[in-house]
Formats: sequence, structure tokens, C-alpha cells
Amino acid sequence: MGKRLAGIFWSLLFLAVPVLGVATFAIAPAYDHWLPKDVSEHGASIDSLFYFILALTGVVFVVTEVLLFWFMWKYDEAKQQGQATYIQGSHTLEVVWTIIPAATLLFLAIYQMNAWADVKMRRPAMSPTVEVVARQFEWRLRYPGRDGTLGTADDLFLVNDLHLPIDEDVLVQLKSMDVLHSFFLPNVRIKQDAVPGMKIPVWFKAREAGEFDIVCAELCGWGHYKMKGRVTFEPRAAFDAWLERKYAEQGATQPPPEAADMAAAE
Amino acid sequence: MTPPPVTATPVVEHGPAVGHAAGHAPQGGLSHFLSTYVFSKDHKVIGLQFLFSTLLWFLIGGLLALAVRWQVAWPWSDVPVIGKLFAQEGGQMSPEFYTMLFTMHASVMIFLVIIPILAGAFGNFLIPLMIGADDMAFPTLNMLSYWFMWPAFACFGASFFVEGGAASGGWTSYPTLSTNPASSPASGMGQTLWLLGLTFVGVSSMLGSVNYMTTIILMRAPGMTMFRLPMTIWAMFITAILQAFALPVLTAAGFMQLSDRMLGTGFFSPEGNVVNNAIAGAGGGQPLLWQHLFWFYSHPAVYIMILPAMGMVSDILTVFARKPLFGYRPMVYSIAGIAGLGFIVWGHHMFMSGMNPALGITFMVSTMMIALPSAVKTFNWLGTLWGGKIQFTTSMLFALSFVSMFIIGGLSGIFMAATPVDIFIHDTYFIVAHFHYVLFAGTAMGVWAAIYFWFPKMFGRTMNEFWGKVHFFLTFIFLNGTFFTMHILGAVGFPRRLADAYHYETFHHLQPMNAFMTYCAIGMVATQVIFAANFIYSMFWGPLAGRNPWNANTLEWTAPSPPGHGNFDYQPIVHRGPYEYSVPGVEKDHLMQTDPPNAAAAAAAAAAH
Repeated sequence: MGKRLAGIFWSLLFLAVPVLGVATFAIAPAYDHWLPKDVSEHGASIDSLFYFILALTGVVFVVTEVLLFWFMWKYDEAKQQGQATYIQGSHTLEVVWTIIPAATLLFLAIYQMNAWADVKMRRPAMSPTVEVVARQFEWRLRYPGRDGTLGTADDLFLVNDLHLPIDEDVLVQLKSMDVLHSFFLPNVRIKQDAVPGMKIPVWFKAREAGEFDIVCAELCGWGHYKMKGRVTFEPRAAFDAWLERKYAEQGATQPPPEAADMAAAE
Repeated sequence: MTPPPVTATPVVEHGPAVGHAAGHAPQGGLSHFLSTYVFSKDHKVIGLQFLFSTLLWFLIGGLLALAVRWQVAWPWSDVPVIGKLFAQEGGQMSPEFYTMLFTMHASVMIFLVIIPILAGAFGNFLIPLMIGADDMAFPTLNMLSYWFMWPAFACFGASFFVEGGAASGGWTSYPTLSTNPASSPASGMGQTLWLLGLTFVGVSSMLGSVNYMTTIILMRAPGMTMFRLPMTIWAMFITAILQAFALPVLTAAGFMQLSDRMLGTGFFSPEGNVVNNAIAGAGGGQPLLWQHLFWFYSHPAVYIMILPAMGMVSDILTVFARKPLFGYRPMVYSIAGIAGLGFIVWGHHMFMSGMNPALGITFMVSTMMIALPSAVKTFNWLGTLWGGKIQFTTSMLFALSFVSMFIIGGLSGIFMAATPVDIFIHDTYFIVAHFHYVLFAGTAMGVWAAIYFWFPKMFGRTMNEFWGKVHFFLTFIFLNGTFFTMHILGAVGFPRRLADAYHYETFHHLQPMNAFMTYCAIGMVATQVIFAANFIYSMFWGPLAGRNPWNANTLEWTAPSPPGHGNFDYQPIVHRGPYEYSVPGVEKDHLMQTDPPNAAAAAAAAAAH
């Protein structure tokens, strides 16, 4: 009797895995421990793929864990009369449980490809909206300035305070000066490593105005945790006005190159 | 189904007594002590040396993890106990120290615990015993494979005390953070020692794998065909092949990184790279090259860290379910499938790295497909339990939890394999949850199952079952409390490796959950005191086990417990596969691999009349 009680106890412990597992995932969103708000255009497809895999793996998780519990419960030695079933396998079962997961996994892989291509492969034909240069432990930003071309004398330089327009494609040119970093915008579902020696294009379209975190997601040294930036999405007019304001500030604090040259000549 | 027919040629039912023990009469004195217990060439002693060393490092790695958890739960608060050692910093942890902690936690656990405890401890102890050999093919190489671990222990251990501290570039050691000494305080001597330590671990593993392959191919007992090998041996065999083919790449890459650091080459740093205003080497290299080379080894290494545990768990499940393994051949083929596919999936660590995104699609397909053999294995484990007669021993509970937890770890891997989803969860706690479910909740639980199971063979005594079950219960509860919640953190996007993430608006509310996880982690480490006490007590005072305490079938259970030098007192002759449990018509519920066929037939005939 004691042995059977032990069997019941252990089976129930294993049943707790799917029960509490599903409960954890069910409760988490209510406490805001869940996917952060998404303001991007492509983010919805990433989130729906996440939910799709969650549902699929959730079903497999519950079925296999409940089977494990059920076998522990039912085939407990203390409950069994006679010997265990002598069976060495089943060709049919092996074929079934090879083909079905194989087809599912292959479908899953193919089903993901379009969303991936949208975010990482179908680059919009446009010149960079801003260049982001990562460096220990800050995000250096460089806007093309009034002439619309990066790398000219009228470029606008800022640190950690990224502003971008909403409702239009933006193209970020991502670089690193020193070590690896990763440009992570949780609310835009964007992540891309910045690699020394490489120029990597990153593009997205924000749907909503607001101010959000820029997180460094690749270990970059002791100050990795504080490599924080902010991104502000705003309508085009507000964005242009902000650019003008910053441009004026830069002009006031930092003489244009010609003026500096003249000062040096005197 | 009937047991497979005997194809080998049994010479005599019991071979001549093997008289190795007699040939080694104690000579007394220090040299005898050294050659028997220290520089021993006996695979069992070497296996136990690996076991004790790795268990000690397991403790160190666990304490490092606790310190990491402390900082994540309560950033910048005074660290209890060890805080006193850092009085100059006011008892707090510095961010440099934190990066060193998680780097060394991972490095110690992977290179000094999981890989050597599976291949070194269990591979060494079990391979000759389970195939019926008197020792390994190359006993001296075998001894060296253990002693090459010591320079690695010394390098890793000493690196904590050099200027700048131990390596802190993450266990993946990505350039240019790791190649440029100006990029971080620990990127000096600490990183060099880390690379040297890694190389020594590699030499040790390579000596081991050559030995395991040769031994399994050449030294099986008469009648032990390849398809009569227990799953443990199949797993060890395929793991050894993986090691032998993947390791040279890591060793070469390690030397390239050393050369970048010490000889001024530029394999991994591009032209014009400036770190902290210091020019980083000659340039002309590519940081992604390291990632490709590193993962070309380290992804197969992930399977090196799980396949032997899968093999051991398969054997333990059959013993305590009293049933043949369900689908023996599919189980072997799926291990081979995992090993084969394991070589073409490394790029899934690099989806966000800047690698050509078109390659990401290829690696996504291969990565999805590697979930298939794992699924087949899981279904076969469930099939093994179905219709069984399950005995809930401590070893069985750990083996069952391996299956239960591996399901979680396997399924969560699919999220990262899907490239678009990986964009969001890459380098978050979702991946931390995933690999802890595979490596801790999977492999470590499998290792405990194996320790409780083979302890009687190692020391001739059994471990205490009651305290074993207490150990299991608490570990199981606490590990899920610690690691399951990490999936939720990952869903929020909580990044790994941050000393303090709560200043981000997105993550500021996650501290209470992290505190809960840290309490669970403390409980999990504290629980291991029960294990350590049970282990040490049972070694000396546990009840004597006899040769075959679990009524198992495989060859090691025909040898004395513990086996003497040379292992078997009689040459074992194998008549059948390893899983003949509950054969209909046979009176006892198991037929050992050495039980003569005529006795089995006679028993069947007697039962039929």
C-alpha cells in the first residue's frame, strides 16, 4: 500500500509539470510579464509566429507530459499483476512518429521564411536615414544633415538619443567601432549585431509615436548593462522640427569646419 | 517477438578465469600507492578520478551561478559571505566581476564538468565493463587524458587570481572583446589562461575519444555484436566520433585567437579597429570567422553534452520498467542522425550576427530537422514505459525527470530555430532557459540517475534511497522554479549577461520574479548537501550491493562490485541483446547478456509444460 502511495505521489509530481507549466504561461500576460508592446509594422508577423510555435509546442508538451504521467500512474509496479509487456518496438509507430513530426517541422521552417526575408533580406531602396555606430558603451548617431548624404561636413552628430519618423520606412546603417554589440529595439522586434569592419543595414517601419528603449544585446564588456539608448518615434513634421532644433544646437556649440579652419589660421 | 538468435561462436559457456588480480600482488610502499590510486592506468580508477574532479568543479560552478543570480536579483547589494573578500569594493559586486562570474560559470560547467563527467567519468568507467573488456585499448593514453585535465584546472583556477581577473568575454569568447587586451580588464592574462585551459581540455578529450572508438570497435567480448551494445555504449561511441571530428577546429581556432593576442596577427580583427583608443592589432581579419569556427565545434559539443546522458537514461529506463527498449534500432539511428545533422546546424547561433541572412534560411531548415531524431527518441522512451512494471527508485526518478525536462528543452529550441522569432528572443533569457533545460534539467539529472544507478558497481555499496528521493524531489522543484520562469523573462525580451537591467523601462518590473528565481537557485544548491552527504556516507558505510542489485542485464553486472583489476573473473560471452526483460515463458524477469541460451530455452520449455 505504501508503495502504491509513493507511485501516486511521484506520478502527480510529474503531472504538475504540464499543469504548472501551462498555468505559468497563462498567468504571465496578466501581470505584464509578456511580450512588450509592439509598434512596428513587421512585428505582428513575428509575434504571430511566436504564438503559432507556442500553440504547437504547447500541444506536444501537454500530450507527451500527460502520457508520461499516465504511464507512471498506470504501470506502477505496485499496481501491476504479472510481468511487463514484452515488446521491442513497432515499425508502424516508428514510421508514424517520424513522418508526422518531419512534415510538421519542415512546414514550420518554410512557414517562417517570408517573415525573415521581410525583416532581413528585402531591403528598401533608399539611402540611410541614420547611421548608428556602436561603441563601448554608447550609441553614436549620425544623421545625413540637410544635404541628405552621410559622410559630408553637415552631418548631425548625437549620442543615445535616436529620433525616427513614423509611418515610413527607415534605414539604419549599423556599424561598430570597437567590439561586438547588438542593436535591440524590443518594441520594434528588431535585433542586429553590430560588427567591427561591417556595415549592416537594418530597416523597419514604426506605426505609433512614443519613446522606447534601445538595448545592447551582445556582450560588449564591463559596461554592457548600461549601454542604453532611447528611440523616439514621431510624425514626420515633429521629426523634421526636432532635426532642425538639433542642427541649430550643433551649430551653436560647435563651429562649422570652415570657421574652425579660419580660427586656426589666425 | 523472440530474442535475436545467437550469431557469435560461444567457445565455452564460461571462459577461463581471468587472473589479472593475482598478477598484481600488492608490493607496498609509496610507488604502489601512486601507481594504483594516482597514476593508475586502470579505466575504473581513471573514471572515478574524473568523477571526483568534475563533481568538485560542479560545486564551484554552482557557487559561481549563485553569485550571478545574486547580482541579477538584487543588483549592487552587498553580497553575503563572499562580499567580505571584496572589502575594497564595499562588499558589492563590480560589473567587471559580474561579467567574469557568468563567463567562468559557463566555462567551468561546460569544459570542466559536463563534457568530462560524461565522457571522462562514465565513458571510462562503463565502456570496458559494458562491452566485456578487461580495460581500454590504450591505458596509458587513458591515464594521460585525465592528467591533461590538471593543467586545464590550473589555468582556469589560476585565472581568478591574475591581474584583471579571469576571462570575462563570455564562454563564447567572441572577438574583438576577447582578442584586444584594451577592450576589458580581464582580456589580458585571464583570457590567455582561458584559451590555454581550453586547449588542455581539448587534448584530454581527444585522447579519450581515440581510446573509446578503438576500444568499442576492437575489444568487445565474444558475441557482443554492434547491435547488441547497450545504448550507453552507442551514445559514447558516437560522441567519441563527434569529438574527434569537431575538436581540431576549436583547437585551431583557439591557437588563432592566442596568436592574435600574443603575436600580433589579425585573424579576427578588421582593419582600423580601435578599442578604448588603442589600435587593435594588424587588422585584415573578420570577427565572424571566430564565430563560425567556434560554433563548428561548440554546436556538436552541445550533443557531446547530451547524447551520453540519453544513452544512460535509455538503459536505466529499461531496467526499472522491466521492459525491452522500445525501438532499439531507431534509437541508434536517431543518435547517429543527431550526430550527422549536428555538423550542419552551427549557423543557428549566428542568425543575428551579420552573417548573410540567406544562410540563415538554410540553417533554419537543418536546425528544424534536428528536432526530429530528438522527437523520435522521446517517443521511444515513452514507448519503453508503456506496458512496463515501473519501480520508482531514485535512479529511475532522475531518469524519468530527464525525459520530462528534455521535452521542455527540446521544444523551446524550436522557438530559436525559427529565424523571425529568434530576432526577438535571441540573447534573451529564453535561450538561457532553453540550454539550462537541456544541460541542467537534462544532462545533470541524467548524470544523477547514472550515479545512483552505477554507484553499487563503483563502490560495492548502494546509496541511501530515502535521502536520494529527498534529493531528487527538492532538486526537481527548485530547478523548475529557477529555470521555467526564465521562459517568461525571455518573452519580455529580458537580455542575458546584464549586470543590472532594471534601469530599462521595458524590464524595470521584472525584479520580483528574478528574486524568486534566485531563492529557488539557492535552494537548489543547498539541496546538493544532501547528495554530497549521501554519496560520501554510502561510499564507506552504505549497504553492500552484491554483483547485480538492480537485476539488470548488461555485462558490468556480471563482474564483482567493485570489479578488480581486469574487471571480470570469467571471460563474459554474450548471447543476446541487452534488453531481454520480462521475456514470456522465462521464470525470472530478466535474461542477462551472458545467460547461456540453453538455460533460457530449458526455462522456456519448463514453463511451457
